[in-house]
Amino acid sequence: MSEPATLVCDIENPVTPYLREERLPHIWCPGCGIGTTVNCFARALTESAMNLDKVAIVSGIGCTGRVAGYMNLDSFHTTHGRAIPFATGLKLANPDLKVVVYSGDGDLSAIGGNHLIHAARRNMDLMVVCVNNFTYGMTGGQVAPTTPLGATQTTMPYGNFENPFNLPFLADACGAVYVARWTVYHVKQLAKAMLEGLRKKGFVFIEAMAPCPTLYSRRNRLGDGVDQLKYYKEKSKVVNGADTKDVGLTFQGDITVGKFVDRDRPTWLDAMNEHYIQHFGEKYVPYGVSHGQD
Amino acid sequence: MHADPKGVLTGIHFIDGDHAACEGALAAGCRFVAGYPITPSTEVVERFAARIPLVGGMFIQMEDELASSIAIQGAVWAGKKVMTVTSGPGLSLMMEHVGLAAITEVPCVFVDVQRGGPSTGLPTLPAQADMMQVKWGSHGDYEPIALSPNSPQECFDLMIKAFNLAETYRVPVFFMMDEVVGHMTERVVIPEASEIDVVERKWTTKKPGEYRPYETDASMVPEMVKAGDGYRIHITGLTHDERGYPAMNAQAQDKLVRRLLNKIRDNRDKLVDVRADGVEGADVVVVSFGITSRVAGAAVEAARRKGVKVGHLRLIISWPFPAKVIRDLALTARAFVVPELNMGQMVLEVERAVSGKASVIGIPHAGGTVHEPEAILEKIMEAAQ
Repeated sequence: MSEPATLVCDIENPVTPYLREERLPHIWCPGCGIGTTVNCFARALTESAMNLDKVAIVSGIGCTGRVAGYMNLDSFHTTHGRAIPFATGLKLANPDLKVVVYSGDGDLSAIGGNHLIHAARRNMDLMVVCVNNFTYGMTGGQVAPTTPLGATQTTMPYGNFENPFNLPFLADACGAVYVARWTVYHVKQLAKAMLEGLRKKGFVFIEAMAPCPTLYSRRNRLGDGVDQLKYYKEKSKVVNGADTKDVGLTFQGDITVGKFVDRDRPTWLDAMNEHYIQHFGEKYVPYGVSHGQD
Repeated sequence: MHADPKGVLTGIHFIDGDHAACEGALAAGCRFVAGYPITPSTEVVERFAARIPLVGGMFIQMEDELASSIAIQGAVWAGKKVMTVTSGPGLSLMMEHVGLAAITEVPCVFVDVQRGGPSTGLPTLPAQADMMQVKWGSHGDYEPIALSPNSPQECFDLMIKAFNLAETYRVPVFFMMDEVVGHMTERVVIPEASEIDVVERKWTTKKPGEYRPYETDASMVPEMVKAGDGYRIHITGLTHDERGYPAMNAQAQDKLVRRLLNKIRDNRDKLVDVRADGVEGADVVVVSFGITSRVAGAAVEAARRKGVKVGHLRLIISWPFPAKVIRDLALTARAFVVPELNMGQMVLEVERAVSGKASVIGIPHAGGTVHEPEAILEKIMEAAQ
């Protein structure tokens, strides 16, 4: 109480350099978890000590789809569900870039589900951050492929009867080389996973569970954002290396978090280059190897 | 500047339109193609997949047309010249990304080897029924450019023009082939690289901090940069301001959409590309494009032998439509005859341009084959009465 308020303002928030400050305030509701994931991402970028000019971020559409617009990186806000194929083109056209896809559960696993599974299958060198708030926030709280059985949503007004995706299991089965799930309660772990993801070569999938107080929690009488954080704190259990088929989520049930998959296999581009070197011999100039000289 | 010789297969070839289109793209500097198999276009990407490893570039077969049509746009922002290739059903899926290319001003070429529709329609047989779809198919207002080759040689020559126009105006350009042009095999002459002019992307000379992605001069075409060069651009499919930031209000919408349209509309005269054969003072003018122009040419010759004063106007660039050329001809011609492999699409544009000053006779055809020359001759004779 004795500190003058001005002193507080003199301390720069460590994530400020990563944001387009002129675009603030952001659109997210009070208690929303997306901003927390952005903070974790900024901290992961700091830790990585990467040249931020060589990091690009691609989002689809939706509340999480707005992340690209707030990051002070080369950033692309694309079409609904298509962030991954856009990112694929960007990455393959300039392999020197680290390309991060940052989008929501509906964008990535419903309308964009086909792209998600194929990018994982190909081991495209992309880091995908999937903020899972179990609903379509921007359009008013409709049922998502992640909505747990029994949760009420505007297009499941009597409770959801559709089986949801277990996203880590899906990414694992399709061949992702790194799969983790954390909640926005686990900020240190989430930032660490993002750091590992930035350093990993190949298809990385990180699920970040986040509250949507306005359209998921309130409709299901689950309180506000803090109440959801309490739920994450009380019901989460860290099981690194857990078998992903066992990590499915239920309505307000137990949550398995952790790093589930961390393995290596050739990326799509490495496989292509290796294959063409074998096929064409010296005539073939490996693609992308000359990048990064400028 | 001249074409990069690495992509130019100089020589005399006996190849089909699909293969020639691929060679045109390579000569134009296309180094990134994403595609999804669909008849009758697949040979274009098959050849590209075979050729590109030793030219230096990238082909990827994506999981669907939505993915193909946006993967190329990611590649543009990494500096590549790009193309995707499809036919009607795939083109329908790509429509969302035609709009993205229009609003984010991404230079790219969409090749549409047209077949009969609607839906799966006639996969192996020709049509010209996507002409209105490429003009109006994506939601919102935009002005695409479309070219209509009628031979394998033109598939090569006009493809270079398609890439150059995409770069000049930063718009999606449609290359409107059809099954017959795609699969017809003819002599194709590919010149030396030094004889091929290619348009380089409009790169900025501004430094990061000074550069605004959608700031324009009188050309109305903004300068470009690449991701990874330190400019920290933001690109969005939302209505945006000069910084590229979302600006969702009526004023920003008006400013952006008007510029997107006017950069083409104000250059309509420059974009006219027609082949006129005896149209001056003709009583009857046949307006045609693509494969139909070859059949129409035979009908025009036959009508002339019967003493009819008939001209032939072939559209090389079909969008923007050369309305002024038609309007001027309507001052002297009595009638226009418009054969096309659809049930009446470009004839509507001819009617609009003629504006009641002459009669307009369409010759619709549902596709599956080309017109009989006699059917066109008959309408020319009718029009000459």
